[in-house]
Amino acid sequence: MLRATLKSLLSRKLRLILSGLAVVLGVMFVSGAFVLTDTLSRSFDSMFATVYSGVDVQITAKQTVDPELPATMPASLVGRLKAVPGAAAVTGSVDADNARLIGSDGKAVTTAGGPRFGSNWDGISGVAVLREGRIPQAKNEIAINAGLAQTAGVHVGQQAAVLTPQRPKATYTVVGIFGYTGGRDSLAGATQIAFTTPEAQRVMLGQTGVYTTIDLKAASGVSPVTLRDRVATAIGGQYQVRTGEQAAAASAADIQQGLSFFNKILLGFAGVALFVGTFLILNTFSIIVAQRTRELALMRALGGSRRQMIGSVLVEALVIGALAAVTGLGLGLGVGALLAKVFSGQLDGLPLAGVGLPAAAVIASFAVGIGVTLIAALLPALRAARISPIAAMQDVATPDRPLTKLSVGGAVTTAIGAALLAWGLSGNAHNNTAWFVLAGVLGSFIGVALLTPLLARPVVALVGSLFAWSMPGKLGRINSGRNPRRTAITAAALMVGLALITGVNVILASATASLHQLGDTQVKADLIISGDQGSNGMPTFDPAVLEKTKKLPDVQEVSGEYDDMALVNGKRTQVGAILDLPALVDMFQLHATEGSLGALGHNQVVLDADRAKSLGLHAGSTVTMQLTRGDPQTMTVTGIYAKNDVFGGWLLASDAVANFRQPQPSWGFVKVSNTAAVASVKASVAQLLADSPEVNVADRSGFIDQQTKQFDSLLTMIQILLALAILIAVLGIVNTLALSVLERTRELGLLRAVGLRRAQAMGMVTVEAVVISLFGALLGLAVGTALGAAVVRALHDDGFTNFALPGGQMVVYLLLAAIAGVLAAVLPAIRAARINVLGAIAYE
Amino acid sequence: MGATTATTTSVAARATELWKVYGSGEAQVTALRGVSVELHRGRFTAIMGPSGSGKSTLMHCMAGLDSVTRGDVYIGGTRLSGLSDAGLTRLRRDQVGFIFQQFNLLPTLSAQENILLPLSIAGRKPDPAWYRTVIETTGLADRLRHRPNQLSGGQQQRVACARALVSRPEVVFADEPTGNLDSRSGAEILAFLRRSVREFGQTIVMVTHDPNAASYADRVIFLNDGQIVTELTAPTADAVLDTMKRLDVMAGNA
Repeated sequence: MLRATLKSLLSRKLRLILSGLAVVLGVMFVSGAFVLTDTLSRSFDSMFATVYSGVDVQITAKQTVDPELPATMPASLVGRLKAVPGAAAVTGSVDADNARLIGSDGKAVTTAGGPRFGSNWDGISGVAVLREGRIPQAKNEIAINAGLAQTAGVHVGQQAAVLTPQRPKATYTVVGIFGYTGGRDSLAGATQIAFTTPEAQRVMLGQTGVYTTIDLKAASGVSPVTLRDRVATAIGGQYQVRTGEQAAAASAADIQQGLSFFNKILLGFAGVALFVGTFLILNTFSIIVAQRTRELALMRALGGSRRQMIGSVLVEALVIGALAAVTGLGLGLGVGALLAKVFSGQLDGLPLAGVGLPAAAVIASFAVGIGVTLIAALLPALRAARISPIAAMQDVATPDRPLTKLSVGGAVTTAIGAALLAWGLSGNAHNNTAWFVLAGVLGSFIGVALLTPLLARPVVALVGSLFAWSMPGKLGRINSGRNPRRTAITAAALMVGLALITGVNVILASATASLHQLGDTQVKADLIISGDQGSNGMPTFDPAVLEKTKKLPDVQEVSGEYDDMALVNGKRTQVGAILDLPALVDMFQLHATEGSLGALGHNQVVLDADRAKSLGLHAGSTVTMQLTRGDPQTMTVTGIYAKNDVFGGWLLASDAVANFRQPQPSWGFVKVSNTAAVASVKASVAQLLADSPEVNVADRSGFIDQQTKQFDSLLTMIQILLALAILIAVLGIVNTLALSVLERTRELGLLRAVGLRRAQAMGMVTVEAVVISLFGALLGLAVGTALGAAVVRALHDDGFTNFALPGGQMVVYLLLAAIAGVLAAVLPAIRAARINVLGAIAYE
Repeated sequence: MGATTATTTSVAARATELWKVYGSGEAQVTALRGVSVELHRGRFTAIMGPSGSGKSTLMHCMAGLDSVTRGDVYIGGTRLSGLSDAGLTRLRRDQVGFIFQQFNLLPTLSAQENILLPLSIAGRKPDPAWYRTVIETTGLADRLRHRPNQLSGGQQQRVACARALVSRPEVVFADEPTGNLDSRSGAEILAFLRRSVREFGQTIVMVTHDPNAASYADRVIFLNDGQIVTELTAPTADAVLDTMKRLDVMAGNA
């Protein structure tokens, strides 16, 4: 039995390779993800081990409000630590994010997500290696890391402007350029500016006499653990005390959390490839079982059991799954290594650890590859078991079974999927929202896929009528409708990919339309000052700009917003401090539902009605608020406003900024007097922003365009997904067509005998392919639109006021599908054209 | 149609010194050994011979379905050996009709669509009067909308005959047209073929091994071992049978 199975497997190499390819792609992404993260995390591990090599014990203050802001410790602690027995050296460090050097091009240097450290030289002297010049000694001197110097195009002796969290633009002299131990130019793509200790404290922390970390070196003979325990006893539980090793591990863990994002993207690709691939494999095995009907029936007649029939199909699936897993694993190793290389190129200064093959990658590859193939082959295997021995004696092709059961199943599955989706989107599923949405989308896909055979006849007839003007076109159309199940499952593979993309497109188009609508109706600000929320977070600007803007002629009102996190009654929440609340209220059409929205006094706050309701707060209530700095404050709610689609949340008085992490606004709003030209005021504001290169001023529609531009990168990602889905779907179409040509050899022979030209034969096959792919594309567009509409509708209260169809994109996708169909037809069409007429029709 | 050849001769198709060799070396098989034959316009010619005599090969070569090793084939005034695949295809489409033992209808098309298939492929419309005549003669008027699987074998073969005739080809080649039919349906088809020769001047060449079928022809050519052995004109079934029995002897003498 096994030998018979393997023999039949070999005889269908090409078809199996085609369907196996989808699994190979899926496995490739799975193993690639594992290899990438494994390689990178080992690289980061080794980097942090170097960074912390000179640190035996590290002390940090316990983080309270904002984990990104290192809490500070008084410098006096250094003295107390020196007294701890076994402490050979104690160094106080200042280390905080957001020290931005202005490069020679006038723009702030950005990183690929790495922090932009501002530090004191003393604190980093353990890992930093001076390469050129000297260390900073005066408050207007800095040293920068070699990677930054190169990116910014700055040399020793030059003046360079730096933006810091606590101070707007200031100019320093670059006196030194340093690298790191191990010959690194930078630490994983981070930039670092070293100041003198007091300057670092002032511009990075806004407070002198404090440190963010204190590093200890143990005297010889004292182990780091011993020293750690002594330190912990000496200074009490107020601080976090770790050995250098622990600190390195913690830093590496932080990075790994960041890396999991890439993992998710790759696994998402894998998911799509495998889901679509399942259709392909299911189809291939159905075809194989149908073709082998006589053979299987003969085996049954000769005494083979049902179990053996199932086994013979599943063994075939197992072999293909295993081969695909091995191939995919190999390719994944390459992809992972390549991506790691690209990644480390982005983060210059991250020497890659050797590419390894983690056990998890191997296990996942085989589990996924074999699992998916077996699941997909299960239905055809069961069908094989149902073949009766009598089928061996009859010359009947598998009869067209009625589609009723299938269609009812499809309708039910679609309904269940839609219900899950609706529940997930309704927000009632709380923490499980993502799972409900995912299950809903999957369910809908499978349901619609089950319905496709029913839809195939009418839709294929309709699409096909486009080509019915010629005889080959007409024959192609008829052929594509001959086996609705096969056509449907082939088209369904294309449907899944296109539906996902169309769905995202619909959501983005609706978001854009909604934003424009909002901008027109609810925003009365004429100019908006802000920067791009890039990989380094929301940029800020000099608060003086707002004051100066206020004094410009023709400016009616100016408001600004400072953003930070705070603990409100112990819960971490985003808060904003507002410059001139009444101006903001006017420009964003806020309405008070309780209290008033007048100017805010010290320790007064307003918040939106939704939040107030869920917290049980009213005008006059008090809350305890812990800002980034200072002691907890009792704040009084003076007003509650109806939430609108632009503004929501906690709004604090502008004097609260003193206790914010960064006393610089990230937003500015300007209303121009009615008679003045917005453009001329915009130009004046732009001049004021000359020292804040990270932000710009835009009018309303310009601002909305800036915002929607952020969708582009999302779209790019999605379009890679499209390419992948189309590739797999094309494999499916090639597969189906190759089979059609094979099955209809006789018919093709006849057609050629009665005068069908080769080109016409190719045209016939191409039309069949294009009809199938257009059918899939139309389904995909329809399902995607429905999914997108569902999401948009569910998010109506969150600002998705408009529903918009990305018409242009949809037409492009349809055209791409048609092209994909044409490409898929190439090989089968050539095969059809080469059919030996005589061999096809002669019977003797 | 046929205008190109009307001026030449009364020969619809001819083969001169036709050789056909399959394979090479030890496995070499010579199917035709210098066959020369002229098929006259408006005549019903049968080609007979035992299995392996080369009768099907002769027909395939003359119909442009198979290439020849040596010698020439002409249909009307067209020499087949010089033609490309496109040329051969056009020739089959415009100047040749086929009737097969297995009917070879497209299951997806109705009877009418099958009949009109060669014309549709060429993008031409049928001559309405001739189309009506063909339909009436084949008696398919009330079956035109049926699919092949809704027709009996005889009806299917009549559809195939109508398809071969509707474009008024120079020659119709019929390969064992009654081989898959019961005797009554077979007789109907043969009568129809004879009628289209007599009444419409159609040239028909039929390969068969059935003496009774051959007796419907005006002329029977006997093939044995790749060579023409003898021929009969206005044959009877008995005469054909008799000749068949003596073929081996005659071939030996030849």
